[in-house]
Amino acid sequence: MLRALIGGIRLVGHLTINAVWRLGSATRFMGLVFVRSGLSFRRFQLTIDELQFAGVLSLIIIIVSGLFVGLVLGLQGYETLKRYGSAEAVGTLVALALVRELGPVVAALLFASRAGSAMTAELGIMKSTEQLSAMEIMAVDPFARVISPMFWGGFFSMPLLAAIFSVMGIFGGYLITVVIIGVDSGAFWSQMQSNVDFRGDIVNGVIKSIVFGAAVTSIALFEGYDAPPTAEGVSHAVTRTVVTSALAVLALDFVLTAFMFTGV
Amino acid sequence: MQRTIVDLWVGIFVTAGVAALFVLALKVGNASSVSVSDGYRVVAEFDNIGGLKVRAPVKSAGVVVGRVEGINLDTRTFRANVALRIDKRYPFPRDSSASILTAGLLGEQYVGMDGGGEEQNLKDGDRLKVTQSAIVLEKVIGQFLYGKAAETGTAK
Repeated sequence: MLRALIGGIRLVGHLTINAVWRLGSATRFMGLVFVRSGLSFRRFQLTIDELQFAGVLSLIIIIVSGLFVGLVLGLQGYETLKRYGSAEAVGTLVALALVRELGPVVAALLFASRAGSAMTAELGIMKSTEQLSAMEIMAVDPFARVISPMFWGGFFSMPLLAAIFSVMGIFGGYLITVVIIGVDSGAFWSQMQSNVDFRGDIVNGVIKSIVFGAAVTSIALFEGYDAPPTAEGVSHAVTRTVVTSALAVLALDFVLTAFMFTGV
Repeated sequence: MQRTIVDLWVGIFVTAGVAALFVLALKVGNASSVSVSDGYRVVAEFDNIGGLKVRAPVKSAGVVVGRVEGINLDTRTFRANVALRIDKRYPFPRDSSASILTAGLLGEQYVGMDGGGEEQNLKDGDRLKVTQSAIVLEKVIGQFLYGKAAETGTAK
Protein backbone atom coordinates (compact mmCIF):
# COMPACT_ATOMS: atom_id res chain seq x y z
CA MET A 1 0.00 0.00 0.00
CA LEU A 2 2.68 2.43 1.10
CA ARG A 3 4.92 1.22 -1.72
CA ALA A 4 2.18 1.93 -4.27
CA LEU A 5 1.67 5.41 -2.82
CA ILE A 6 5.38 6.19 -2.92
CA GLY A 7 5.52 4.78 -6.44
CA GLY A 8 2.70 7.08 -7.50
CA ILE A 9 4.38 10.12 -6.00
CA ARG A 10 7.66 9.17 -7.65
CA LEU A 11 5.86 8.93 -10.98
CA VAL A 12 4.47 12.44 -10.53
CA GLY A 13 7.93 13.71 -9.65
CA HIS A 14 9.47 11.95 -12.63
CA LEU A 15 6.90 13.44 -15.02
CA THR A 16 7.37 16.92 -13.54
CA ILE A 17 11.15 16.74 -13.84
CA ASN A 18 10.83 15.50 -17.43
CA ALA A 19 8.45 18.32 -18.30
CA VAL A 20 10.72 20.95 -16.76
CA TRP A 21 13.72 19.38 -18.46
CA ARG A 22 12.02 19.54 -21.87
CA LEU A 23 10.85 23.09 -21.25
CA GLY A 24 14.39 24.09 -20.35
CA SER A 25 15.94 22.45 -23.38
CA ALA A 26 13.22 23.97 -25.61
CA THR A 27 14.07 27.42 -24.22
CA ARG A 28 17.79 26.84 -24.77
CA PHE A 29 17.02 25.56 -28.26
CA MET A 30 15.00 28.66 -29.15
CA GLY A 31 17.70 30.86 -27.63
CA LEU A 32 20.28 29.23 -29.89
CA VAL A 33 17.99 29.62 -32.91
CA PHE A 34 17.73 33.36 -32.22
CA VAL A 35 21.38 33.92 -31.36
CA ARG A 36 22.62 32.14 -34.47
CA SER A 37 20.08 33.54 -36.92
CA GLY A 38 22.52 36.11 -38.30
CA LEU A 39 23.35 33.88 -41.25
CA SER A 40 19.67 33.58 -42.25
CA PHE A 41 19.69 37.31 -42.96
CA ARG A 42 23.20 37.67 -44.35
CA ARG A 43 22.61 34.80 -46.77
CA PHE A 44 18.95 35.58 -47.28
CA GLN A 45 18.74 32.92 -49.99
CA LEU A 46 18.58 30.29 -47.23
CA THR A 47 15.49 31.94 -45.75
CA ILE A 48 13.99 32.35 -49.22
CA ASP A 49 14.26 28.60 -49.75
CA GLU A 50 12.36 28.03 -46.52
CA LEU A 51 9.77 30.65 -47.48
CA GLN A 52 9.27 28.68 -50.67
CA PHE A 53 8.82 25.51 -48.66
CA ALA A 54 6.66 26.82 -45.79
CA GLY A 55 4.83 29.58 -47.64
CA VAL A 56 4.53 29.02 -51.36
CA LEU A 57 3.83 25.30 -51.13
CA SER A 58 1.13 25.94 -48.49
CA LEU A 59 -0.63 28.44 -50.75
CA ILE A 60 -2.93 25.97 -52.49
CA ILE A 61 -4.39 24.50 -49.31
CA ILE A 62 -4.71 27.97 -47.73
CA ILE A 63 -6.45 29.48 -50.75
CA VAL A 64 -8.84 26.58 -51.28
CA SER A 65 -9.81 26.20 -47.63
CA GLY A 66 -10.13 29.97 -47.18
CA LEU A 67 -12.51 30.10 -50.10
CA PHE A 68 -14.64 27.27 -48.76
CA VAL A 69 -14.71 28.61 -45.22
CA GLY A 70 -15.92 31.94 -46.64
CA LEU A 71 -18.57 30.22 -48.75
CA VAL A 72 -19.92 28.33 -45.73
CA LEU A 73 -19.83 31.39 -43.49
CA GLY A 74 -21.67 33.45 -46.10
CA LEU A 75 -24.32 30.81 -46.60
CA GLN A 76 -24.92 30.12 -42.91
CA GLY A 77 -24.76 33.80 -41.96
CA TYR A 78 -27.24 34.72 -44.68
CA GLU A 79 -29.70 31.99 -43.65
CA THR A 80 -29.69 33.22 -40.06
CA LEU A 81 -29.55 36.97 -40.66
CA LYS A 82 -32.32 37.07 -43.23
CA ARG A 83 -34.79 36.02 -40.53
CA TYR A 84 -34.09 39.32 -38.81
CA GLY A 85 -34.26 41.28 -42.02
CA SER A 86 -30.60 42.26 -41.91
CA ALA A 87 -29.09 40.09 -44.62
CA GLU A 88 -26.74 42.95 -45.57
CA ALA A 89 -24.91 42.49 -42.28
CA VAL A 90 -23.55 39.20 -43.62
CA GLY A 91 -20.53 41.12 -44.92
CA THR A 92 -19.74 42.28 -41.40
CA LEU A 93 -20.23 38.80 -40.04
CA VAL A 94 -17.96 37.14 -42.57
CA ALA A 95 -15.25 39.78 -42.34
CA LEU A 96 -15.17 39.96 -38.54
CA ALA A 97 -15.22 36.19 -38.10
CA LEU A 98 -12.38 35.75 -40.56
CA VAL A 99 -10.18 38.68 -39.62
CA ARG A 100 -10.46 38.21 -35.87
CA GLU A 101 -10.55 34.46 -35.41
CA LEU A 102 -10.87 32.06 -38.30
CA GLY A 103 -8.18 33.54 -40.53
CA PRO A 104 -5.32 33.30 -38.03
CA VAL A 105 -6.54 30.12 -36.28
CA VAL A 106 -7.47 27.95 -39.26
CA ALA A 107 -4.47 29.14 -41.25
CA ALA A 108 -2.24 28.23 -38.28
CA LEU A 109 -3.83 24.78 -37.96
CA LEU A 110 -3.36 24.14 -41.68
CA PHE A 111 0.16 25.53 -41.50
CA ALA A 112 0.98 23.20 -38.60
CA SER A 113 -0.21 20.14 -40.46
CA ARG A 114 1.17 21.16 -43.85
CA ALA A 115 4.51 22.80 -43.04
CA GLY A 116 5.12 22.11 -39.35
CA SER A 117 4.93 18.34 -39.68
CA ALA A 118 7.28 18.43 -42.65
CA MET A 119 9.78 20.57 -40.73
CA THR A 120 9.74 18.09 -37.84
CA ALA A 121 10.19 15.12 -40.17
CA GLU A 122 13.02 16.81 -42.05
CA LEU A 123 14.92 17.74 -38.89
CA GLY A 124 14.23 14.38 -37.24
CA ILE A 125 15.53 12.43 -40.21
CA MET A 126 18.53 14.73 -40.57
CA LYS A 127 19.29 13.97 -36.95
CA SER A 128 18.71 10.20 -37.18
CA THR A 129 20.87 9.90 -40.31
CA GLU A 130 23.50 11.98 -38.46
CA GLN A 131 23.53 14.77 -41.02
CA LEU A 132 23.45 17.34 -38.24
CA SER A 133 26.48 15.73 -36.58
CA ALA A 134 28.26 15.57 -39.94
CA MET A 135 27.68 19.30 -40.36
CA GLU A 136 29.13 19.99 -36.94
CA ILE A 137 32.23 17.91 -37.81
CA MET A 138 32.67 20.02 -40.93
CA ALA A 139 32.46 23.11 -38.72
CA VAL A 140 29.13 24.09 -40.24
CA ASP A 141 26.75 25.22 -37.55
CA PRO A 142 23.46 23.33 -38.11
CA PHE A 143 21.58 26.00 -36.17
CA ALA A 144 22.77 28.79 -38.43
CA ARG A 145 22.66 26.77 -41.64
CA VAL A 146 19.45 24.72 -41.26
CA ILE A 147 17.31 25.51 -38.24
CA SER A 148 17.28 29.32 -38.11
CA PRO A 149 16.33 29.72 -41.78
CA MET A 150 13.47 27.26 -41.19
CA PHE A 151 12.30 29.31 -38.22
CA TRP A 152 12.37 32.62 -40.06
CA GLY A 153 10.77 31.10 -43.13
CA GLY A 154 7.85 29.89 -41.03
CA PHE A 155 7.73 33.11 -39.02
CA PHE A 156 7.42 35.32 -42.11
CA SER A 157 5.08 32.97 -43.99
CA MET A 158 2.40 32.67 -41.34
CA PRO A 159 1.03 36.27 -41.25
CA LEU A 160 1.00 36.38 -45.04
CA LEU A 161 -0.81 33.04 -45.24
CA ALA A 162 -3.37 34.19 -42.65
CA ALA A 163 -3.99 37.42 -44.59
CA ILE A 164 -4.43 35.49 -47.83
CA PHE A 165 -6.80 33.10 -46.03
CA SER A 166 -8.94 35.99 -44.75
CA VAL A 167 -9.07 37.71 -48.12
CA MET A 168 -10.02 34.48 -49.88
CA GLY A 169 -12.68 33.85 -47.22
CA ILE A 170 -14.17 37.31 -47.66
CA PHE A 171 -14.09 36.77 -51.41
CA GLY A 172 -15.91 33.46 -50.88
CA GLY A 173 -18.52 35.17 -48.73
CA TYR A 174 -18.94 37.84 -51.40
CA LEU A 175 -19.28 35.18 -54.08
CA ILE A 176 -22.04 33.25 -52.34
CA THR A 177 -24.06 36.13 -50.89
CA VAL A 178 -23.71 38.85 -53.52
CA VAL A 179 -23.11 36.98 -56.76
CA ILE A 180 -25.26 33.91 -56.17
CA ILE A 181 -27.91 34.87 -53.60
CA GLY A 182 -28.14 38.49 -54.62
CA VAL A 183 -27.49 40.58 -51.51
CA ASP A 184 -26.80 44.18 -52.46
CA SER A 185 -23.12 44.60 -53.22
CA GLY A 186 -22.85 48.17 -51.93
CA ALA A 187 -24.53 47.32 -48.62
CA PHE A 188 -22.29 44.27 -48.24
CA TRP A 189 -19.09 46.30 -48.51
CA SER A 190 -20.25 49.43 -46.70
CA GLN A 191 -21.59 47.48 -43.70
CA MET A 192 -18.30 45.61 -43.60
CA GLN A 193 -16.23 48.77 -43.79
CA SER A 194 -18.18 50.63 -41.14
CA ASN A 195 -17.95 47.78 -38.65
CA VAL A 196 -14.45 46.40 -39.15
CA ASP A 197 -11.94 48.56 -37.36
CA PHE A 198 -8.40 48.76 -38.72
CA ARG A 199 -6.53 48.80 -35.44
CA GLY A 200 -9.00 46.87 -33.32
CA ASP A 201 -9.69 44.02 -35.71
CA ILE A 202 -7.19 43.78 -38.54
CA VAL A 203 -4.00 44.65 -36.65
CA ASN A 204 -5.01 42.36 -33.80
CA GLY A 205 -5.62 39.56 -36.30
CA VAL A 206 -2.17 40.09 -37.78
CA ILE A 207 -0.62 40.06 -34.27
CA LYS A 208 -2.41 36.78 -33.61
CA SER A 209 -1.08 35.21 -36.79
CA ILE A 210 2.47 36.33 -35.96
CA VAL A 211 2.21 34.75 -32.50
CA PHE A 212 0.75 31.54 -33.94
CA GLY A 213 3.44 31.37 -36.61
CA ALA A 214 6.21 31.70 -34.04
CA ALA A 215 4.57 29.13 -31.77
CA VAL A 216 3.92 26.52 -34.48
CA THR A 217 7.37 26.87 -36.03
CA SER A 218 9.13 26.67 -32.66
CA ILE A 219 7.18 23.57 -31.66
CA ALA A 220 7.84 21.88 -35.00
CA LEU A 221 11.57 22.62 -34.94
CA PHE A 222 12.06 21.61 -31.33
CA GLU A 223 10.14 18.35 -31.75
CA GLY A 224 12.24 17.52 -34.80
CA TYR A 225 15.51 18.39 -33.08
CA ASP A 226 14.51 16.55 -29.92
CA ALA A 227 13.16 13.44 -31.68
CA PRO A 228 14.75 10.08 -30.76
CA PRO A 229 16.89 9.12 -33.78
CA THR A 230 14.76 6.17 -34.83
CA ALA A 231 12.00 5.72 -37.38
CA GLU A 232 9.48 5.38 -34.59
CA GLY A 233 10.88 8.39 -32.75
CA VAL A 234 10.53 10.61 -35.81
CA SER A 235 7.00 9.45 -36.50
CA HIS A 236 5.99 10.14 -32.89
CA ALA A 237 7.64 13.55 -33.06
CA VAL A 238 5.61 14.44 -36.15
CA THR A 239 2.40 13.39 -34.42
CA ARG A 240 3.33 15.41 -31.34
CA THR A 241 4.06 18.45 -33.49
CA VAL A 242 0.60 18.46 -35.01
CA VAL A 243 -1.20 17.77 -31.73
CA THR A 244 0.83 20.21 -29.62
CA SER A 245 0.66 22.95 -32.26
CA ALA A 246 -3.10 22.63 -32.55
CA LEU A 247 -3.56 22.80 -28.79
CA ALA A 248 -1.09 25.66 -28.45
CA VAL A 249 -2.79 27.65 -31.20
CA LEU A 250 -6.24 27.21 -29.68
CA ALA A 251 -5.07 28.02 -26.16
CA LEU A 252 -3.07 31.06 -27.30
CA ASP A 253 -6.07 32.18 -29.32
CA PHE A 254 -8.23 32.15 -26.22
CA VAL A 255 -5.66 34.13 -24.23
CA LEU A 256 -5.10 36.67 -27.02
CA THR A 257 -8.83 37.07 -27.62
CA ALA A 258 -9.39 37.65 -23.91
CA PHE A 259 -6.78 40.42 -24.00
CA MET A 260 -7.73 41.98 -27.32
CA PHE A 261 -11.49 41.92 -27.65
CA THR A 262 -12.99 42.03 -24.18
CA GLY A 263 -11.85 45.50 -23.13
CA VAL A 264 -14.25 48.42 -23.35
CA MET B 1 13.95 23.52 -58.67
CA GLN B 2 15.97 26.26 -60.27
CA ARG B 3 17.09 29.24 -58.26
CA THR B 4 15.23 31.82 -60.37
CA ILE B 5 11.98 29.85 -60.25
CA VAL B 6 12.17 29.57 -56.46
CA ASP B 7 12.82 33.30 -56.24
CA LEU B 8 9.92 34.01 -58.55
CA TRP B 9 7.48 31.91 -56.53
CA VAL B 10 8.60 33.38 -53.23
CA GLY B 11 8.25 36.84 -54.77
CA ILE B 12 4.71 36.02 -55.90
CA PHE B 13 3.87 34.64 -52.45
CA VAL B 14 5.18 37.64 -50.53
CA THR B 15 3.54 40.10 -52.93
CA ALA B 16 0.23 38.28 -52.65
CA GLY B 17 0.48 38.25 -48.85
CA VAL B 18 1.28 41.96 -48.62
CA ALA B 19 -1.46 42.72 -51.14
CA ALA B 20 -3.88 40.71 -48.99
CA LEU B 21 -2.92 42.78 -45.95
CA PHE B 22 -3.55 45.96 -47.95
CA VAL B 23 -6.91 44.67 -49.14
CA LEU B 24 -7.84 43.92 -45.53
CA ALA B 25 -6.73 47.37 -44.41
CA LEU B 26 -8.29 49.43 -47.19
CA LYS B 27 -11.23 47.49 -48.55
CA VAL B 28 -12.43 45.58 -45.49
CA GLY B 29 -11.40 47.88 -42.66
CA ASN B 30 -12.05 51.57 -42.39
CA ALA B 31 -8.44 52.75 -42.49
CA SER B 32 -9.23 54.56 -45.73
CA SER B 33 -12.01 56.66 -44.25
CA VAL B 34 -10.95 60.08 -43.06
CA SER B 35 -9.86 60.28 -39.48
CA VAL B 36 -11.19 63.29 -37.68
CA SER B 37 -8.21 63.81 -35.43
CA ASP B 38 -7.78 67.31 -36.85
CA GLY B 39 -11.14 68.72 -36.03
CA TYR B 40 -12.70 70.89 -33.39
CA ARG B 41 -14.16 69.59 -30.19
CA VAL B 42 -17.53 70.62 -28.83
CA VAL B 43 -19.34 69.35 -25.78
CA ALA B 44 -23.05 68.59 -25.80
CA GLU B 45 -25.07 68.04 -22.61
CA PHE B 46 -27.79 65.43 -22.65
CA ASP B 47 -30.32 64.35 -20.04
CA ASN B 48 -30.00 60.78 -21.22
CA ILE B 49 -27.71 59.31 -23.83
CA GLY B 50 -29.35 55.88 -24.03
CA GLY B 51 -26.90 53.42 -25.55
CA LEU B 52 -24.53 55.91 -27.16
CA LYS B 53 -20.93 54.73 -27.23
CA VAL B 54 -17.54 56.33 -27.74
CA ARG B 55 -16.53 56.38 -31.44
CA ALA B 56 -20.17 56.48 -32.53
CA PRO B 57 -20.61 58.65 -35.62
CA VAL B 58 -21.83 62.24 -35.60
CA LYS B 59 -24.04 62.81 -38.60
CA SER B 60 -25.63 65.82 -40.17
CA ALA B 61 -28.20 65.22 -42.90
CA GLY B 62 -26.94 61.63 -42.95
CA VAL B 63 -23.33 62.59 -43.66
CA VAL B 64 -20.72 61.51 -41.13
CA VAL B 65 -19.07 64.73 -39.92
CA GLY B 66 -17.30 63.47 -36.80
CA ARG B 67 -17.11 60.98 -34.00
CA VAL B 68 -18.03 60.83 -30.32
CA GLU B 69 -14.78 61.31 -28.45
CA GLY B 70 -15.72 60.92 -24.83
CA ILE B 71 -18.70 60.46 -22.54
CA ASN B 72 -18.87 61.31 -18.86
CA LEU B 73 -21.35 62.28 -16.20
CA ASP B 74 -21.44 65.73 -14.65
CA THR B 75 -22.14 65.00 -10.99
CA ARG B 76 -23.40 68.53 -10.27
CA THR B 77 -26.19 68.53 -12.79
CA PHE B 78 -26.43 64.76 -13.31
CA ARG B 79 -26.43 65.21 -17.03
CA ALA B 80 -24.18 63.45 -19.52
CA ASN B 81 -21.35 65.43 -21.15
CA VAL B 82 -20.69 64.08 -24.62
CA ALA B 83 -17.56 65.37 -26.33
CA LEU B 84 -17.85 65.45 -30.10
CA ARG B 85 -14.88 65.76 -32.45
CA ILE B 86 -16.12 67.32 -35.66
CA ASP B 87 -14.14 67.51 -38.88
CA LYS B 88 -12.92 71.06 -39.49
CA ARG B 89 -14.18 70.90 -43.06
CA TYR B 90 -17.70 71.15 -41.63
CA PRO B 91 -18.24 74.37 -39.67
CA PHE B 92 -21.53 74.55 -37.79
CA PRO B 93 -23.34 77.69 -36.55
CA ARG B 94 -23.19 78.43 -32.82
CA ASP B 95 -26.87 77.63 -32.27
CA SER B 96 -26.75 74.18 -33.87
CA SER B 97 -28.55 71.45 -32.00
CA ALA B 98 -27.55 67.86 -31.28
CA SER B 99 -29.86 64.92 -30.78
CA ILE B 100 -29.29 61.24 -30.17
CA LEU B 101 -30.90 59.14 -32.86
CA THR B 102 -31.04 55.48 -33.72
CA ALA B 103 -30.09 54.03 -37.08
CA GLY B 104 -32.98 51.84 -38.11
CA LEU B 105 -35.26 50.15 -35.62
CA LEU B 106 -32.61 48.22 -33.71
CA GLY B 107 -29.46 49.83 -35.06
CA GLU B 108 -26.64 51.61 -33.30
CA GLN B 109 -27.14 55.06 -31.83
CA TYR B 110 -25.50 58.15 -33.26
CA VAL B 111 -25.50 61.88 -32.71
CA GLY B 112 -27.43 63.93 -35.23
CA MET B 113 -26.45 67.57 -35.74
CA ASP B 114 -28.89 70.13 -37.09
CA GLY B 115 -27.40 73.38 -38.28
CA GLY B 116 -28.72 76.62 -36.81
CA GLY B 117 -28.95 80.07 -38.29
CA GLU B 118 -26.45 82.15 -36.36
CA GLU B 119 -23.61 84.00 -38.08
CA GLN B 120 -20.78 82.79 -35.86
CA ASN B 121 -19.54 79.22 -36.11
CA LEU B 122 -18.74 76.78 -33.32
CA LYS B 123 -15.20 76.96 -32.01
CA ASP B 124 -13.05 74.39 -30.26
CA GLY B 125 -14.31 73.90 -26.70
CA ASP B 126 -17.79 75.35 -27.21
CA ARG B 127 -20.86 73.83 -25.64
CA LEU B 128 -23.99 72.95 -27.54
CA LYS B 129 -27.00 74.41 -25.76
CA VAL B 130 -29.90 72.83 -27.57
CA THR B 131 -29.91 69.06 -27.28
CA GLN B 132 -32.45 66.31 -27.49
CA SER B 133 -31.92 63.15 -25.50
CA ALA B 134 -32.20 59.59 -26.60
CA ILE B 135 -35.63 58.06 -26.59
CA VAL B 136 -35.77 55.43 -23.88
CA LEU B 137 -38.39 52.90 -24.80
CA GLU B 138 -39.47 52.19 -21.22
CA LYS B 139 -40.14 55.86 -20.57
CA VAL B 140 -42.14 56.21 -23.76
CA ILE B 141 -44.25 53.18 -22.88
CA GLY B 142 -44.66 54.49 -19.34
CA GLN B 143 -45.89 57.86 -20.60
CA PHE B 144 -48.21 56.18 -23.04
CA LEU B 145 -49.76 54.00 -20.34
CA TYR B 146 -50.05 56.98 -18.01
CA GLY B 147 -51.75 58.98 -20.73
CA LYS B 148 -54.11 56.13 -21.49
CA ALA B 149 -55.01 55.76 -17.82
CA ALA B 150 -55.67 59.49 -17.48
CA GLU B 151 -57.82 59.38 -20.63
CA THR B 152 -60.05 56.56 -19.41
CA GLY B 153 -60.23 58.24 -16.00
CA THR B 154 -61.66 61.46 -17.48
CA ALA B 155 -63.99 59.57 -19.82
CA LYS B 156 -65.87 58.00 -16.92
